[in-house]
Amino acid sequence: MDYNEKMENVSILGAAGKMGSGIVLLTIVEMADLSLKAENKSKTYVLNAVDISQKALSGLMKYINAQVVKIAEKKIVQLRKIYEDRADLIENSDIINEYVMDVMNILRPVTTLESTYESNLIFEAASENPDLKVKLFSQINQNSTKKPWFLTNTSSIPIHELDAKANLEGRIIGFHFYNPPAVQKLVEIINAKTTVADLSEFALMYAKNLRKVVVPSNDFAGFIGNGHFMRDAIYGMDQAVKLAKDIPFVEAVYMINKVTQDFMVRPMGIFQLIDYVGVDVCQYIMKVMNPHVKDEEIHHNLLDMYIDMGVRGGQNSDGSQKDGFLKYEKGKVTAIYNPEVKEYVAIDTFAAACDDRLGKLASSHITWKSAVSNQKTRLDVLRTYFNELKEMNTVGAALAVNYLKRSKEIGLKLVADNVALNTDDVNTVLLTGFFHAYGPVNDFI
Amino acid sequence: MVGGYNTISLGTGRKEFNPKKERPGLLEYIQEAGRGTLAKIGGAAVVDESVISNFMAARYNNQGHLAGFIPAIDEGLKFKPVVRVEAACGSGGLGLATSIKTVLAGSAEVVLALGVEVQNTVKAVYGADILAGAGYFKERKTGHAHFFPGKFSDRAGIYYAKYGREKTRKAMAVWFKNAIENARLDPTAQEHHNTSASPEAVASVEPNAKSFLEHITVFDCSKVSDGAAAIAIVSEEGLKRTGIALKDAVEIVGLGQAEYDITAPPEDMTALETTAVAVKKAIDMAGITIDDLATVECHDCFSIAGIMATEAIGFAKPGEGPDFVLAGNTSRTGKVPFNTTGGLCGWGHPVGATGIHQAVTIWMQLTGHAGNSQIKINEDRPYALSVNMGGDDKTVIAIVYKKC
Ligand SMILES: NC(=O)c1ccc[n+]([C@@H]2O[C@H](COP(=O)([O-])OP(=O)(O)OC[C@H]3O[C@@H](n4cnc5c(N)ncnc54)[C@H](O)[C@@H]3O)[C@@H](O)[C@H]2O)c1
Repeated sequence: MDYNEKMENVSILGAAGKMGSGIVLLTIVEMADLSLKAENKSKTYVLNAVDISQKALSGLMKYINAQVVKIAEKKIVQLRKIYEDRADLIENSDIINEYVMDVMNILRPVTTLESTYESNLIFEAASENPDLKVKLFSQINQNSTKKPWFLTNTSSIPIHELDAKANLEGRIIGFHFYNPPAVQKLVEIINAKTTVADLSEFALMYAKNLRKVVVPSNDFAGFIGNGHFMRDAIYGMDQAVKLAKDIPFVEAVYMINKVTQDFMVRPMGIFQLIDYVGVDVCQYIMKVMNPHVKDEEIHHNLLDMYIDMGVRGGQNSDGSQKDGFLKYEKGKVTAIYNPEVKEYVAIDTFAAACDDRLGKLASSHITWKSAVSNQKTRLDVLRTYFNELKEMNTVGAALAVNYLKRSKEIGLKLVADNVALNTDDVNTVLLTGFFHAYGPVNDFI
Repeated sequence: MVGGYNTISLGTGRKEFNPKKERPGLLEYIQEAGRGTLAKIGGAAVVDESVISNFMAARYNNQGHLAGFIPAIDEGLKFKPVVRVEAACGSGGLGLATSIKTVLAGSAEVVLALGVEVQNTVKAVYGADILAGAGYFKERKTGHAHFFPGKFSDRAGIYYAKYGREKTRKAMAVWFKNAIENARLDPTAQEHHNTSASPEAVASVEPNAKSFLEHITVFDCSKVSDGAAAIAIVSEEGLKRTGIALKDAVEIVGLGQAEYDITAPPEDMTALETTAVAVKKAIDMAGITIDDLATVECHDCFSIAGIMATEAIGFAKPGEGPDFVLAGNTSRTGKVPFNTTGGLCGWGHPVGATGIHQAVTIWMQLTGHAGNSQIKINEDRPYALSVNMGGDDKTVIAIVYKKC
């Protein structure tokens, strides 16, 4: 496997999407840095950014340009060395402009598949639709002159299934970035049984060059990340439905969201996370996963109901949060959706009563932010807190303890089911990919 | 010298600084400082001429021809002569020297000296290009991305090798600590809001050549700043015209200027030779010794430059500057307090304003107008010294002041 050679011609499908644009950025910078090495000066590097939307591609060009400028500004010290022999590039601004031009020079925004036929590597981040992915892979595979390698970003579709349906003879691997790819350190690499060894080796090298944390996941629908998150979300929704037998539904959602954020010291509550990922995306991923999971129902009625009502969550193009289970104003949760009347109910009208019902936070409680910002003391502080939590007799503490137990159970099951190699990998995914302050498989509870 | 005025030194560190929000520009700073001084000296009517100091507004702000801004301070300055001077970071000092000579030449009794720089219009990585203009442009290509920090990193590296790294790094951390502690006392200082529990520990990190430089860290560097400062240079006749009491004025008793070939490297990388020459001229002209100095404002564009200045002035032998600093001599309670409002590392370094700011600080200290920053001035040592340096020890202006 010649890494360099493989990187000379790359195509990215769904390039203008949320994930695609980040993958374009990471990949094009990696390609540019290779192209600037003395031994590669005579080669032409090409990255085809393939998407069906012209408008989105034009947005992609702006995004990449702006991001590359920032990257160049940050690595000016190295860039001055790289352009050392260019007597005409004197000031930092000369060098930054040249670098940005060299990077953009690699990029080819296209809306048709023909140009991908010359690529050695096909990164795929098109919409999460198995039929679409199979169609794209087959067409490229049939027409390509190169026997290309396929790296798919699918969040849930088993890789071997894509391999078989598109007839790729093992030239496919799951390379699962987290959102946003340029920032998130984690990638899950999913080898199908059929994945060719050279491609596995390439994927590891590519991840290393991108300075990513790699967690191998076995080829089970949902892999580790969504394998945990989807089950965790289902549990959260179940708890809310259960509470709602005695109290209004919006209050139940509020309480479970608060328990999962504050009581459990997580970066956001479970309903906020569902909104962040997208109610529709969660529904979709579950739909893809469910047929592959034999002993559990990966599905929740609430999601179907909300989608039917047009409540979808997800993000606006400027990155701000769209309303879903919760309503957001300037990033803050202000109201909760009541599906009975299809309206949001302001939190102020019931929060105090719910907080009373949940009970006070333990005296040793720390926020997620302070937990993660003190890496040295993190585990000790959390242990003290969870010990106190276990002793408390409040509704909130009981909900949290049970939730923690469930989360751990999910983690252990991922190992038992052979999705993850070991519990460390499960924990790494939650710590790195979901920014948790502690792994789900712990001895706190 | 009378009527000193400093604007805030705005940039990272100040609470009100937000790089994304609109901020005051050249005009606002010039007007604030100019009007601040005019209000203290009896208005524009008493002013005969003005000198405006600035380094690179032509690049930072796309603005040349700064002399034309002086009449914008006050209608009363219209049609009066203005000179704009430039000597990189020494522009302010050069403005003072020019003003002093104008008064000495008898062509003016009252000269308004004002310095200004607005640097936060560009990111630091591009600011480095602009500041590199203070050196020889032919060296830019082979220079560091952060050109001037690179120059002083090189000097620091050679200094470490010759005189000992450990004590020098320690002294540099103490230099930073003194700068922060002094800046906290001055509401106009850029590091005024610094709340670090131990600035010395903060500055004790190791340099990282990969992200910045081999021998110095950002804590060894002066700040990127927007700001202006103004002061009036007056003859005895001019002082009468302003109606200001003698106790509120300081006397200028020594002026030393020196220039070094910008195309030539320093003879000795571990010494500030031009600084030494300029200081000697000023001290000799004043007819004093450095033991008569109550306080010094030196040009600590980098902590290592501050330490080397203690040697160039003559307080420490070559290689013993770090010991002099470590012994506490330059702290605000030490033998001769240096940079009592934080200097370039703590108060800030709005390049063209810095030389004037130094004079204003000394004027405040010697006249008792320094507020919380006030140090005690002993009757038997009524003198002070400012040293303003342009580029890598190329243009140096040293001035000796005396309490009236
Ligand atoms: N969003 C996440 O958090 C996340 C995280 C990990 C993995 N993923 C996976 O990444 C993939 C993309 O997700 P996304 O969130 O970026 O979705 P997205 O909707 O933002 O992007 C999908 C892009 O694919 C394009 N596209 C659709 N049909 C196409 C075609 N025929 N040819 C080329 N492009 C086409 C769309 O125009 C769109 O720009 C999915 O498989 C998803 O499961 C998403």
